[in-house]
Amino acid sequence: MIQVELMRLVRRPRTWMILTLLCALPILVAVFVAVTNLAPQPGQGPAFLSAVLSDGSLYPAAGLAIVLPVFLPVSVAVLSGDADAGEASTGMPRYLLTRPVARTRLLIAKLTGTMAFVLVAVILVAITSYITGVLAFGSGGLRPVAPTSSSGSIASPVTGTSIGGTISTSLSGTPLTTAQLVERVAYGIGYITVSMLGVAAIALFLSTITDSALGAALGALAALVTSEVLATLDAAASIKPYLPTNYWLAWIDLFREPILWHNVQRGLAIQAIYAAVFLGLAWANFSTKDVTG
Amino acid sequence: MITTRQVTKRFGAVLAVDGVDLDVREGDRYGLLGPNGSGKTTLLRMLLGLIFATSGEIEVAGEPVPRRAARVLPMIGSLIEGPAAYGYLSGRANLALLDAAGPEGEGGGRRTRRARVDEALERVGLGGVDRRPVRAYSLGMRQRLGLAAALLRRPRLLILDEPTNGLDPRGIREIRDLLVELNGAGVTVLLSSHLLGEIEQLCTRVGVLDRGRMVIQDELEALRAPTERVVLRTPDADRVAALLDGRVDVRDGDRLIVHAPDAADLNAMLVRAGLRVEEMIRERRSLEELVMQSTGPSSDRVDAKQPERSALPDGITEPEHAEHAEHAERPERPEQPDHPTRATRPEQPEQPQPVSPDGSVPEVDEP
Repeated sequence: MIQVELMRLVRRPRTWMILTLLCALPILVAVFVAVTNLAPQPGQGPAFLSAVLSDGSLYPAAGLAIVLPVFLPVSVAVLSGDADAGEASTGMPRYLLTRPVARTRLLIAKLTGTMAFVLVAVILVAITSYITGVLAFGSGGLRPVAPTSSSGSIASPVTGTSIGGTISTSLSGTPLTTAQLVERVAYGIGYITVSMLGVAAIALFLSTITDSALGAALGALAALVTSEVLATLDAAASIKPYLPTNYWLAWIDLFREPILWHNVQRGLAIQAIYAAVFLGLAWANFSTKDVTG
Repeated sequence: MITTRQVTKRFGAVLAVDGVDLDVREGDRYGLLGPNGSGKTTLLRMLLGLIFATSGEIEVAGEPVPRRAARVLPMIGSLIEGPAAYGYLSGRANLALLDAAGPEGEGGGRRTRRARVDEALERVGLGGVDRRPVRAYSLGMRQRLGLAAALLRRPRLLILDEPTNGLDPRGIREIRDLLVELNGAGVTVLLSSHLLGEIEQLCTRVGVLDRGRMVIQDELEALRAPTERVVLRTPDADRVAALLDGRVDVRDGDRLIVHAPDAADLNAMLVRAGLRVEEMIRERRSLEELVMQSTGPSSDRVDAKQPERSALPDGITEPEHAEHAEHAERPERPEQPDHPTRATRPEQPEQPQPVSPDGSVPEVDEP
């Protein structure tokens, strides 16, 4: 069933539409930045963007930082929200279930499909951003060194310096070899993919309790917006570490030297908990529900 | 093949299916009849494990459903409440995808998939279908595709909910022939419909649902047993009426309906008396009459029970009131359906005789 679901996604025009849009946003940003040569001040705007003017090969990281907060979760919510509710409106679940496909397998296949989509999307964004970055900004050191200090991430500001040269620099200012950079981008891709697990699980759960794919997607997004709002609220500081979006930007720590694993680990744990809870709920609901769609 | 015992399904306050004992035997062409909203689709969905019964037991091909549904479903082909397909894929791709979703064994192997898809499409008359997406299919084509999906795995049992929806008369005929052919090859067919004619022409056994209850379940032949009346057409109507005084139930010009348990005797008697007979047919009860007698109004009809609601302007309530009061009385059925023997022996004398006040209703059969 997982294969079938992947095939379906691959052959669905909408999947490619979303991927194209995801890849197009960093390109659009790159065009503006390259044309105007105006990068955001360090510490403002998407992470890494301030550094790319001096080194285009950091642009994959900037690209990921651009799509992560909004675009990626939106597409995950749309896809995952569609999983049961959207399918039900076409009537397909009843024919899949009477094939028969076990209900649990159907649910797992849907989640796997969404996560596979995220992985592919993140990889594609990284690749297109790299190409864009190198084309637009060159791969290092030709431009004047801009900032001397930058507070890279929301999670924990760290001073960093961009030095011109053939080697990229970490946010901590120390040089990164190309191999290290590739490795860290790969870690980043993995971490961002896992970060979407929570949203996907929430949307999937909502998808099993409503008949409206739109409702499920918006519900999941509402949960995320709530999380983001609470995260900025001092009064809610006590629950902040448990919010699903809290560690989303922790992957930036992967570009420090040495890597700060603490937040990354916390982030993975939080996603695992959200996934377990909401998948459990989705399973409990879906495996006992009357399929009337 | 399918046995249910006191199956009941409640959706909140609505009792959709109420203590139904369905009995479909191997080799049957079973027709499930009933007005809209009488619980046909809910019952069929329960047989497939899509909806869980509130109470009661279901057994399909000897296995309890839904507990062991995974074992019986591979041999069932189904079409429930219209076909479904991914609009952005072609019909062929849809079938291949559905087939791949099913279990590998039991005739579902990957190597034979293409051949099985082609065969199923061929069977339903879509053999030459091209690669355009299902989105562009007509209603009838979608219906045929849905049937093809049901036939993919060469099922032993077909459960079809209104299989001829959206088809034109020729299409309906083709599907009927296909179902009879499959049935001849050993496939048990259970189909639901509200089209009486369709069931009458296709089915060997009939069940009638009304507001969730099974009110009739029997062989079609038994249900349509002769009524001990004969329909006569004769140019000597007056003399026939005189001769058969007291046995003529209805007279309409040269057409008489005569009470006569033995049509052959009646014929001999008329011939002996030198009376000319143009046409002489034993009266049979039509399925339509039976269903109309045993079921209430369809649930999609919503009559106002309290038309004097304050929301309505006074002026127009009165005439409507009279009309609605009439409808409100219609749901009363002639007798209690609870009687356990009635479901199996509707020919019992307690059954009201078909009434044909204008003499035009009966459907007839050669003696």
